[in-house]
Amino acid sequence: MLHVKGGSLRGAFGAAGLVLVATTGAAMADWPERAVTVIVPWSAGGGTDATARAVAAELEEKFGQPFNVVNRTGGGGLVGHSAIANAEPDGYTLGVITIESTMYEPQGLSGVTTDDYTYIGRFNADPIAVNIAADAEYDDAEGLIEAVKADPGGIAASGANRGGLSHLAWIGLLDRLDVDPAEANWVASDGSAPALQQLASGAIDVVSTSPAEAQSLVDAGEAQTVALISSERSDLYPDLPTTTEIFDIDWSPLPFRGMAGPDGIPDEVVTAVEGALEEITQDQEFRDFMASRGFSVAYQDAATFGETVKSSGEGLASAMESAGLTQ
Amino acid sequence: MSFDTLLQAAVLVLQFDVLLAILGGAVYGLFIGALPGLTATMATALLVPLTFYMAPLPAIALIVSSTAMAITAGDIPGALLRIPGTPASAAYTEESYAMTRAGHAGRALSIGFFFSALGGLIGATVLLMTGPLLARLALNFSSFEFFWLALLGLLTCALVSGSNPVKGGVSLAIGLLIATVGLDVTSGQPRFTFGSVELSGGVSFIPVMIGMFAFSEILRGLSGIGAADAATAATPASDGAMRPYRGILGLLKTYPLSLVRGTALGSSLGALPGVGGDLAAWIAYGVSRRFSRTPQKFGTGHPEGLIEATSANNSGLSSAWIPALVFGIPGDAVTAIAVGVLYMKGVAPGPRLFAENPVMPTSIILSFFVANLLLFPLGYFAIKAARMVLKVPRSVIVPMILLCCFLGSYAINNTLFGVGIMLVAGLVGYVMERNNFPIAPVILGLVLGPVLERNFIMSMQISRGNLTGFFERPVACGLGIFVLIVLGLTVWSAIKGRRRVMAGEPDDSLTS
Repeated sequence: MLHVKGGSLRGAFGAAGLVLVATTGAAMADWPERAVTVIVPWSAGGGTDATARAVAAELEEKFGQPFNVVNRTGGGGLVGHSAIANAEPDGYTLGVITIESTMYEPQGLSGVTTDDYTYIGRFNADPIAVNIAADAEYDDAEGLIEAVKADPGGIAASGANRGGLSHLAWIGLLDRLDVDPAEANWVASDGSAPALQQLASGAIDVVSTSPAEAQSLVDAGEAQTVALISSERSDLYPDLPTTTEIFDIDWSPLPFRGMAGPDGIPDEVVTAVEGALEEITQDQEFRDFMASRGFSVAYQDAATFGETVKSSGEGLASAMESAGLTQ
Repeated sequence: MSFDTLLQAAVLVLQFDVLLAILGGAVYGLFIGALPGLTATMATALLVPLTFYMAPLPAIALIVSSTAMAITAGDIPGALLRIPGTPASAAYTEESYAMTRAGHAGRALSIGFFFSALGGLIGATVLLMTGPLLARLALNFSSFEFFWLALLGLLTCALVSGSNPVKGGVSLAIGLLIATVGLDVTSGQPRFTFGSVELSGGVSFIPVMIGMFAFSEILRGLSGIGAADAATAATPASDGAMRPYRGILGLLKTYPLSLVRGTALGSSLGALPGVGGDLAAWIAYGVSRRFSRTPQKFGTGHPEGLIEATSANNSGLSSAWIPALVFGIPGDAVTAIAVGVLYMKGVAPGPRLFAENPVMPTSIILSFFVANLLLFPLGYFAIKAARMVLKVPRSVIVPMILLCCFLGSYAINNTLFGVGIMLVAGLVGYVMERNNFPIAPVILGLVLGPVLERNFIMSMQISRGNLTGFFERPVACGLGIFVLIVLGLTVWSAIKGRRRVMAGEPDDSLTS
């Protein structure tokens, strides 16, 4: 009963959306015949939300039906990710998933596994960078790692919750450089903004987050970005060296943003949205928007995206294991 | 800030399209804010698609003015129907509702609009002069300082909880306990979720706030306890009582210090990313009561605390933009969305924005100024309209409030789960109030609990478990000593009061 009520209320909200965006109203025999809901597991105004809204706006234009972005936040993205996975697989509820979707299962959190989705396509992937204070005693990645080796607990790093991607990227790096991740001092924070504030106030030493998020502080002369935790350089930051170049290691935890639906949505929906995504990622206006926010455009089709998700999930699970985070 | 920049910014803001955006945003914000349960964050998020089609300055001006208006208008349902619009306004909802029940709804609303606008204007002026400097100072605050500030915020509970501090403490503890539900940031482990995915996101304060204040009030009405109150609320003393801004200048003359203290607190605390805005109103209300010559009048519809808290509320709003504009660190959801819009418009926030294009940030602050000026005339119409709300018969208004309760708690995360939380919170609130436990401290605990916990854990991780870390940084040390003195004085006066009671002397704190 509750479910029916929810449906009609959602319908009412959808109708409000219809009025707002003024659709073409042309009757279509194929999907989509009505408004499509796009669930975003992160809060309004964040990077995932901004890119999701841009993609939704383009999808709306292509399919002539509203694509309503709905933020379902909480639990480190778990609430929204499981809402996507548990939606009715009729193609009218899709979502934007992030790399966190692969991390709940190894952490022992119930709700979502990587098998619960139909993967549609990736549109963005940005590496995580190592950022340090501008007035630190070292000014490159080698200096930083030497300091960590000298006193693993003395260098406080932050950027996300414990077990969050920033954390795993950092300890995965340390692990490959023969520093025991269990000894590293990770300061759990609720996202990168509070971590950057801590870095600027001089309370901590390292923030691992995307170079785009640290850019303003770098410009202000408060912080410096020393390396990308990745095996390839970024188009947007061609001068930033990678940890693979510097230390000759193989560790590339690449956060992604992509479209997915619940397991078992119709093939025609996957094909249609996959094709539209490919076109959108080639659209100059979309590329300009992404570049202006410091996001790279990195398209992958449904099959490749599915493989990427599963393989990065495995890499992260092993990083969690080495830090004693698995259940 | 050179005069030249100010002039150029003024020319930009006084363009027709910008002024139109400000006016449109203000009217829209007034409606959203006045609808119980709909928040300023929601108002902003709904505007984002519209900003795609606008030039940068009108787009930001639209967001700025709708937020300023929505936050102020959030006081309307707070005063009339006891549904606070924001966690900040929960600090003084009881006070303004008490005023309405005493037949002075017009006065409560006039204070809300007039002193919000004044606070906003003064806040914007302060920002124009000190913006980047304030941002630089705010950036020196780490989790150690945030921890002390959050603790100071919790201590105001003793001041907002009315006549019985022990019951206030119990309410606060309930709020703090609810705040522990959800995924723990430190370990990523679920706490008190009972396997529910929805609960792993924690209990959002908006449905709790709507439930505890509004739904419990409906229950009170149903059970007949509130019937007498409702009757007085529905018939304002006279039409004259609803005349907007009547006697407001007299209040300004009587309580100038409240306005000054409120705006000073708001402007400075508001600049702290993440905690500022909400804290300011609570601390301002507490400070006002502490230093008032007539603290026993607080909670009975006394204007003093209202003036201080509501002016702090709006002056803090503009300050919250400063860390976002200067360092790209958004302090709350609204500024986070606005930063996103700025990026989308090719205006990257950061110090370079101030160095290379100072006109832009100055124009943003100026639009805030204009939006606050608009509060005076729009507030006039809103107060006139509010009179009609009070004339609606109870049999009509109750279902409407109920509908707003449902919509507001549903819309927070687009799930029925929020509605469930609202209903449970309403029942709990009803039982609490029947037994004279104040409700505001629950909201305070719920809002500040996570802030306190996160900053405590972060600090302990940084200092590697050493408690003296809280006194090692100079600012943290100063704040810490201050908080401990306040704590000591609170406990001391409580013990003294208790002794007096035990000695059989009359104590005015127990008579109400």
